Amino acid sequence: MADKNEILAGLAEIVAEETGLDTAEVELEKSFTDDLDIDSLSMMTIVTLAEEKFEVRIPDEKVKDLTTVGDAVDFIAAAQG
Amino acid sequence: MTVVVTGLGATSPLGGDVSSTWEGALAGRSGVRTLDNDWAETYGMAVNFAGQLAVSPLEVLSRPEAKRMDPSAQMAIVATREAWAHAGSPEVDPERLGAVVSSGIGGVWTLLSAWDTMKEKGAARVLPLTVPMLMPNSPTAYVSLELKARAGSHSPVSACASGAEAIGMGFEMIESGRADIVVAGGTEAAIHPLPISAFAAMAALSKRNDDPAGASRPYDTSRDGFVLGEGSGVVVLESEEHAKARGAHIYARLLGVGMTSDGHHIAAPEPNGTGQTRAMELSLQRAGLTAVDVAHVNAHATSTPVGDMIEARGIRALLGSHADQVALSATKSMTGHLLGGAGALESVFTIKALETRTAPPTINVTSPDPELELDLVRDTPRELPEGQLAAINNSFGFGGHNVALVFGTA
Repeated sequence: MADKNEILAGLAEIVAEETGLDTAEVELEKSFTDDLDIDSLSMMTIVTLAEEKFEVRIPDEKVKDLTTVGDAVDFIAAAQG
Repeated sequence: MTVVVTGLGATSPLGGDVSSTWEGALAGRSGVRTLDNDWAETYGMAVNFAGQLAVSPLEVLSRPEAKRMDPSAQMAIVATREAWAHAGSPEVDPERLGAVVSSGIGGVWTLLSAWDTMKEKGAARVLPLTVPMLMPNSPTAYVSLELKARAGSHSPVSACASGAEAIGMGFEMIESGRADIVVAGGTEAAIHPLPISAFAAMAALSKRNDDPAGASRPYDTSRDGFVLGEGSGVVVLESEEHAKARGAHIYARLLGVGMTSDGHHIAAPEPNGTGQTRAMELSLQRAGLTAVDVAHVNAHATSTPVGDMIEARGIRALLGSHADQVALSATKSMTGHLLGGAGALESVFTIKALETRTAPPTINVTSPDPELELDLVRDTPRELPEGQLAAINNSFGFGGHNVALVFGTA
């Protein structure tokens, strides 16, 4: 169980590792595709790594709804219950 | 249509670029060393050494780009960037630019690591980039992405002849008018416990664990198998017309390619070397040359008891008494055998030999095979004569693939 700040920090680490962006650029309102320039394969990689890190399941059909970093943080927080 | 070489790139067990690799070769240095890990002990491997890269691509590429590529593609990109810069980063219509970069084995690290992950953590942990990283066309695909090459991107696979076949295919793309420039070469990253053990199971590898640097000894009476190496070589091929129009420096010409197949055995070469000799003959024919034009041969010579002498007899048959005036080099004595990267790295050596008129040495030959009727350059480099020279680079692969490339001075 992690609070949303911890989830954001953990997700930012994954995104930074995958893209080379600075973790500080991974902010809640940023869009994965439009702002962070993440393609669909990288997004799937990030999802797979996030599932492992946060011990949650993010179904493939949900991934398309995760437009912003905040959407992903909310989904992970909810999935963790 | 004349095809010229306008750029070279490499990363090898001797160095992270062409100049350090070539310097290492001229110095007769071995790039082979004991494995820097505990695989041999952990898995009970019979072989505990290899020609490991001098400079890891991870030191050169950014972390996010390296993570998207198998090591075989990383090495190809390192060599490609050097070759492209060396060629002067030419302005070229993307639809006239091709890529042909081969690997003999493909993304074996990616495949086996993904399987390890799956066994440990389950199917859900298999990463989405696994397929694009393991496919054997991944290196050429990344090269085509890097340079926006749109004339065609290919990766002919023929085991240890793959890199030479790629260069031959690049030659044909330009000759047939499909492209003005082709970035061509080979790459291999198979220093992993499984391929080492599988080659060892064929009794193909040297087991000289107590003397890794002395293990690759082509034509020596005590040779006992090849030494696995890793790395990449890439050349920029260009139509002479295109190169001259942009004022590019021409390092050498690629005059011809000969390709044949043995149709004999899945791993052993045909004992009379008929297919190998025919590949060399065809390459000279295509180049419009005869045996007397040849000044240098970079042999396939992997240091196996059977293979070295089959090729050597074939070269003698091709060149006849002129063989006594041809400087023969077996550079795998220093780099180990780069499999799909071998023909490409050795093309780089052959081109450098013509450009600098210096044949690189063959090391570790303390007692030459008494049947060797060729003029082997041993221990120190040898100067090549003045005037127009041609040189042959041979590559042969499991499955009976024979490729000979003929290069000429600029």
